Parts: sequence; structure tokens; C-alpha cells
Amino acid sequence: MNSTDWTIHEMADALRAGRVTSRKLTEDALARIAATDGKLHAWLTVANDFALAQADAADMRLAAGDATPLTGVPLAIKDNFNVTGLPARAASKILGNYVAPYESTATARLRAAGAVLVGKTNHDEFAMGSSGEYSAFGPTHNPWNLDYSPGGSSSGSAAAVAARHVPGALGTDTGGSIRQPASHSGIVGIKPTYGRISRYGIFAFASSLDQVGPFARTTRDAALLLQTMAGVDPRDATSAPVPVPDYLAACARGPQGLRIGVPKEYFVEGISPDVAAAVRGALAKLEGAGAKIVEISLPHTEYCVAAYYIIAPAEASSNLARYDGVRYGYRSRDVRDLSDMYTRSRLEGFGPEVTRRILIGTFALSSGYYDAYYGKAQKARTLIRRDFLDAFRTVDVICAPTAPETAIKLGERVDDPLAMYVSDILTISVNLAGLPGLVLPCGKDRGGLPIGLQIIGPAFGEERVFQTAAAYENARGFDWTWPEVRP
Amino acid sequence: MSGYWETVIGLEVHVQLRTRTKAFCRCANVYGDEPNAHICPCCLGLPGALPVPNQGMIDQALRLAAALDATIHEMSIWSRKNYFYPDLPKGYQISQFDKPLSSSGRLPIRLADGSMKTIGITRMHLEEDAGKSQHGEGLDAAYSVLDFNRCGVPLAEIVSEPDLRSPEEAALYLKTLRQLVVRLGVCDGNLEEGSFRCDANVSVRPSGDRRLRTRTEIKNLNSFRYVKQALEYEVERHIAVYEQGGQIFQETLLFDSTRGQTFPMRSKEEAHDYRYFPEPDLPPLLVAPALIERARAELPELPWATHDRFVAQYGLSPYDAAVLTDDAAVAEFYEEAAGLADPKLVANWVMGDLTALWKERGVAPAHSPVSPAALAELIRLIADGTISGKIAKDVLPAVAAGEGAPREIVEKRGLLQISDEGALRAIIEEILKANPKQLEQYRSGKTNLFGFFVGQAMKQTKGKANPQVVNELLKKALDGK
Repeated sequence: MNSTDWTIHEMADALRAGRVTSRKLTEDALARIAATDGKLHAWLTVANDFALAQADAADMRLAAGDATPLTGVPLAIKDNFNVTGLPARAASKILGNYVAPYESTATARLRAAGAVLVGKTNHDEFAMGSSGEYSAFGPTHNPWNLDYSPGGSSSGSAAAVAARHVPGALGTDTGGSIRQPASHSGIVGIKPTYGRISRYGIFAFASSLDQVGPFARTTRDAALLLQTMAGVDPRDATSAPVPVPDYLAACARGPQGLRIGVPKEYFVEGISPDVAAAVRGALAKLEGAGAKIVEISLPHTEYCVAAYYIIAPAEASSNLARYDGVRYGYRSRDVRDLSDMYTRSRLEGFGPEVTRRILIGTFALSSGYYDAYYGKAQKARTLIRRDFLDAFRTVDVICAPTAPETAIKLGERVDDPLAMYVSDILTISVNLAGLPGLVLPCGKDRGGLPIGLQIIGPAFGEERVFQTAAAYENARGFDWTWPEVRP
Repeated sequence: MSGYWETVIGLEVHVQLRTRTKAFCRCANVYGDEPNAHICPCCLGLPGALPVPNQGMIDQALRLAAALDATIHEMSIWSRKNYFYPDLPKGYQISQFDKPLSSSGRLPIRLADGSMKTIGITRMHLEEDAGKSQHGEGLDAAYSVLDFNRCGVPLAEIVSEPDLRSPEEAALYLKTLRQLVVRLGVCDGNLEEGSFRCDANVSVRPSGDRRLRTRTEIKNLNSFRYVKQALEYEVERHIAVYEQGGQIFQETLLFDSTRGQTFPMRSKEEAHDYRYFPEPDLPPLLVAPALIERARAELPELPWATHDRFVAQYGLSPYDAAVLTDDAAVAEFYEEAAGLADPKLVANWVMGDLTALWKERGVAPAHSPVSPAALAELIRLIADGTISGKIAKDVLPAVAAGEGAPREIVEKRGLLQISDEGALRAIIEEILKANPKQLEQYRSGKTNLFGFFVGQAMKQTKGKANPQVVNELLKKALDGK
């Protein structure tokens, strides 16, 4: 049996029973990455020595009886996290050879639990994109079909988990960047409530929307990762001082009595029939297992894309101002003066999608346009948030598709940003409202590409989300298989 | 200045708060250390770093707002002010924009004629300072260097209403505000080091007109003198332009102190659209009503109140009270000494010899080498006749030099007046014995020799004999009574 096929919980059991060492697990992971990543390009940095040193430390900890369930488990980290000593470039050329001088809170908590960080994964530059194709280092390929995108922006983390390089990974989700690649790659991914995990040490894209979250192959593994990272952080003023409940216990609760809302606005035109059918099928399974399905309405859904594509670029235009060639990262050569240095460093350092969003955001915040754009978008956001508050008065969770379609072919949409933006329609409302959203596989389309079921909870209602997801995993009636990726 | 034109001035003052650490990170807030000794991912704007507001900064701002009698808002909003400059590492400054911490305050100033005038405070908000760029001067011309020690240091920006009617009033307002922030302990008030900085907005209008005319803004005025000079120049310029039928354009100016003239900043430097928007990394700043109450309740006596109390309590002239309350350390010194000796004499000594001594030695009153108790002791020695005022002036530097308490020095140096009759009588008898000829002459009517005998007595006692006692005893002895 190949250790890379194990889930986190299976690895934890084997490690504690002494059937395997962390060094062996890590070596297996590194070997599988070396063998298959040439085809996937999920990784930007594979830190062999760094990983093995952590593995050896984990083995000592295991031997000392001081282990947590994550001790010795290899994980992947999106490139937009700071992990001390590893390159951190947010998949952008503008960071040059930047090496993180400090550690993000999320990775620090994983490391404190003994997890082994194997390296940094590919993604759309600064997490701006829905296909992974906007990485400055080239796209990631979908392990289910190498001609396809694994989704984005957390393309590499999703592909690395689906391809069983590692049993778990971290991503960030500003408008769907965890949930949509989880859906397209056939794995589990959760974006927790805004404020649930500290944002300290992750490269900011849109501060009021960004959240850290885990990928895994099972709901329980995702719950364990979230459990380890969640909780208030004095370094992030927007992290929430809300107690962290037992998410694994929630996974065992079963679906009886759960009221599941299905928003009618999420099954409108543009949803592929395969996606709609798979999601309806999943709902039927949940109903069969004892949950109650209720149709609900989120009337302001139509404003989500417009509001999001004002707010996110506006914040991004400010957050990315620091990449100016002055103190670190890429600086253009032979510049005439300061202004020229700024302009050329930024034009040469940022890719086209990042540049586009900085321009949109700068425009939206400009004096004279602020009220018409940013101001109005914030009002729409309030209405969208209220939609969900109203809905959660009558239901426990909301279930919906994750994306209108399954994964797109690489190159298919890279020159059509608007079509790319519209495909985010089913995920961005959750960011605008600051809610938790989990995605897990619920079927495949006629081409064999995975389809994900999205489960949305009320703020800090991750327990209900995990409860629903685990219930569906038990009820879905088929064993999810994993794609073969041949060396 | 021609009576036809009325001057209208409003000031924006940036006050560096004296917190232990910076506004949004835990780096030390200190001036003058090695460049870039106090930096971290947050104040350096490294990717992923986040700001966390310093409670000490908020407490100091509340004190300041309370002292300005301003409305303190229970909820205010942090905003980002976006612009590119190398010493601004995030590409934006965290500030407050449309919802500041406080608004509608006032500051009373004492005009030259002694009357009081209240200047309105439009708003006071919090923000972070930028770093420092250095160009030229011993550096490769192709490079500028950056020091981020100051970057992220908390600032309170205090914006006045356009209530000031002359450059003198503007300077008085600044002096009063500086005195206040120093008194509150929220700023060291050091203009040269940039912890107290001023921008001035100025316009003129025909007296009686209610409508404000176009204003110009003079930036970075770093001394009271320059504020006055720059405003005087600018007021004259406005008037001259209008009187020649010209027009004033809204622009941002700098002051060239060597030429005594204002000149426009390059237009590029002022053509900013700051694209303010709410800082998404920080929740709204919430201040509990109890905290606001406490800030008001715990205010120390404010400088203008101290002034009035000095006049009433110590019987000082308004002028003396103004001199003594100008510097909180001097006021504190004065009060301590005035409780131990005659308040008016103490005032004279503090304003005279002691101030001269502080200046001469270049020490701050707070670190006075002569303690208030020592000064009071010295003054009491004069008052009770132990030493003369003239000798006291010699004793003061000795106290400052650490030779001991005034009485000790007087005794050690033998400066005590000899008033003991027995001792003086013995000395006088010896003098009479040693000068039989003069005694004979005196007794035969040459009474102007009395001075000679007094002189001998003083010589014998090295000037310490109490002149009154010597006179009395001599008279008795000479007249043979």
C-alpha cells in the first residue's frame, strides 16, 4: 500500500502505531512530487531538506509521546503564505527572489502541531484568477485531465491534494479560490467564516474578503486542519474572539433534522445540466438520510459579481501598492527617475490580470467616482449579507453548486476576463457575506471531471457545515476514487 | 498692515505622540537611534503583515481630545490614504478621514494685550507617520537612503478652524498648543526633531466680508518664527496681488527661511488623489463611554488654568504668571519652591538668577541642579538675616555645583553673619587696645573715626559681622558707656 494514498487520519493512526515514520511519509510525498509534478506543475517550491528536517523533528516528538494528530503529516502551502525561510512570491514576478522573513499565523499553528510543510504551491498571481493560468510561473494541470485547469486561484494546492502528493494543503479564498478548485479537482475545501483564521502573514489581495482555509480529501481531514488553525490572533485585528468548537465531533452528528436551504437563484441559466443534476442528486441523498430540503431565495444574488469586482480590486489596488521596487522584490533597471522606477517596475513585475484589477480598483476609488462605485458596491454588499441573515432564520445550512460548469480547458478563457469573472458567481456571495462555505465532491460530468457540492453556513456555523458534509459523505453511496497521475 | 484687509488663518498641526511603541506594531517609538534599528514586518510594509492599534496611542489621543474640550466619538473609522513615496512602505498611510476620533473642540489663547480668545478646533484624528528619505549630502547622487524608524510612529493631527486673524495669533496658538501637549505628556513638543509640525492655511478678505477667499497652504513650518515670517510674507503677497487686481490660486507652498519667501511646491507633489477608503485591516475604532469619561476626569490642570491660579494664589502679575507657566517643568519647580518660601521672592529668583543659571549650563528646568527646596532655603536665609542678598548670589552657583545645601555652604565657607554680641565685644575690645592713638583721637572729638573702627571689625571678621550689632557695640565701647 502506498502511503501517499492515505488520508491525514490514516497517516496519524499509522504514525502513532509506529507503523510508519514521518520521514518515510515525507520521502514518499517528495518522491511522488518528483515523479509527477512535471506534468501537473502544482509546486513552485519543493523544500526537500526543510521538509525532512521537520519530519525528523516530528518523529522525535512522536517517540516522546508528545504528538498531535497532525504531527508528522506532510502538507502543501499556497505560495501567498509566509513560511520563514521559504520563497514567498504569491506566484508573481514582482517579488523577485523574496524569501519570507517571518511566519504566517496559520502555518505557525500547523507547525506547532508538528505538521511537515513540504513546500509552496502554484496559484494565480496574488490569488487573482479562477483557473490558475494567471500564475507568473505557468499554469497547473488538473490531475483528472491534464488538458484542463484544476480551478483557481489555489490551483496548485488543489492539484497536489487531488494527485495525492500530500493529504492536505492550505489555500486562500477571496471569491472562491478554495471552493472552486476543490470542486474542479474533486476534493474537499473549506473557506471558514471571515475572522475564523488569522490572515497574519498571508499576502493580502482583498483584506475584507480574504480567508485562509484547508484542502483535504475527506471532510474529517479538513475539519482537523481547520481546528488546528482557527481562533483569534492578537496580530490580526479582524480575527474573531469566538471560541472554536469541536469540528470533528460535528462531523459525527448525522443529518437528522437538518434544514437545508436551496437558493433558487443558484440554479438559473448558465448552470450546466450535469452540475445541476449532480447537486440535485446530492440533495436527494441528504433528504433520504433525514435532512429537510427547503427552497429559499437570496434576492440580491444578481449584484454579487458587480459588487465583488469593485470591492476586491479596490482593496487590491491599495494592498498591492507596496510592491513598488523600493525595498524588496523586482526593480526595473536603468530607470530615469522615481516615477519611472515605479511605473516600469510595476508594469514589468505584475502580470496582465493583476494589472487589470489594480487599474479597475484605482479607478473605483478615485475622487468623483468613489460614491458611484465603491460606495454603491458596499451598499450592495450589505443587502447580500442581509439576504443570508434572512435565509438562516429558517434553514441551518444552504446547499448550492460551486461553479456553473466543471473545469475549463487550459487556454480556453484566459483572454476573456469577463467570462472568467462571471464564473465566480456562485462563490463570491459567501465572501461578501463573510460566511463559511465548504465544497466536497458529489459527482462527475459526462467528461469525467469532478463536480462539487457547496455547503454554506451562517457566520461561525462551521459545525453545521461539517455536519452536513460528513453526512453527505456517508450517504452518497459511492466510494470517491482518485485520479491516476502517471509519471 | 492696511486696515482694509482682514487675515484669515487656520492651522493643521501634527503631534507625534509619546507612546512607548509605534501606532500599529510593537517597535519602539524613539528618535535619534541608528537608522532602521526599530523596524518590523508591519512598519516595513512586508507582504502579509497586519496593523494592530496601540492602546497607548488611543489613550493619549483621548487625553488630548478631552483637553481640547472636543467631542469624542465612540466610533471612528480608520482609513487608508493612498499615495506612492519611497518612505511610505505600504503605499498608503493609515489615517482617519470622514469619521475622525474627535471633532468640535477649542483652544483658549492669551493675546498680547492679556485678553483671551477661543480658537475652534475642527477635528483631531489619529494617523501614522512616514519614514525619512535622505538625498545628496555625502551620498552617491544616484541614490537616496531611507530610515524607517519614524515610520508608523503615532501622530495626532489637530485641525483648527480659520479663526486666527494674524500671524501673531497663529504663533500664539501654536505656542499654546505646544504647551498643552507637553503639559499632557502626550508629546515632547520638539519642533526641530519634528515631533510638533505645522501646516498653515491662509487667505485675506476685505474686513467685514463673510465670504472666505481662496487660500494657500504653507507646508512643513518647523519653528514658531518661521510660521510667523511665512504667514506675514504670504498675507502681504495676497494683499499685493488683490490690490493690483490679480487673483490668488489655491496652491501648496513651502517656505524658504533664508530668503524669507514662500514658493510653490512642484505641482507633481501636490496633484494627489489620495483615494481614501475605510482600512479593511482594522475594525472601527470603538471607545467605551467610560474611557472617555475617565480621560476627562483625569485631565491635569491645563496651562491657562495654572496661569490664572498663579495670579490668584501667589499674587503674581499676569506677566510673571505667563513666564512661569510657559514651561510645565518651570511651573512645577516654582510651585514647589513657592510653598517653602515667599512666593514673590521665589518668582524673582526663578525668573532671574535661576533661569540664567539653567541657560548658562544648558540644562532643562526639569533637571535643575538646584532643587526647589534648596532655592527656598536660600531665600529663607536672606529673609531671616542669616546672609545678605549679595552673598546669596554667590551661594547659588555653589549649590548648583553640588557643594551642598545653602546653609551648609554658608557655614562651610564661613559666610554666616556674626551676630553674637559676646564674640563681637571681644573683637572690639582687642581693636580698641590695638589702636590706642585712634581711640584717643576719637574720644577727643574726632568722631568720624567711627567708620575706621567698623572697618577694622569687618576686616577681623572677614565681612561676616552683622553690621547692625557691630555699630551698636562699638558705640557703647567708644563712648565708654
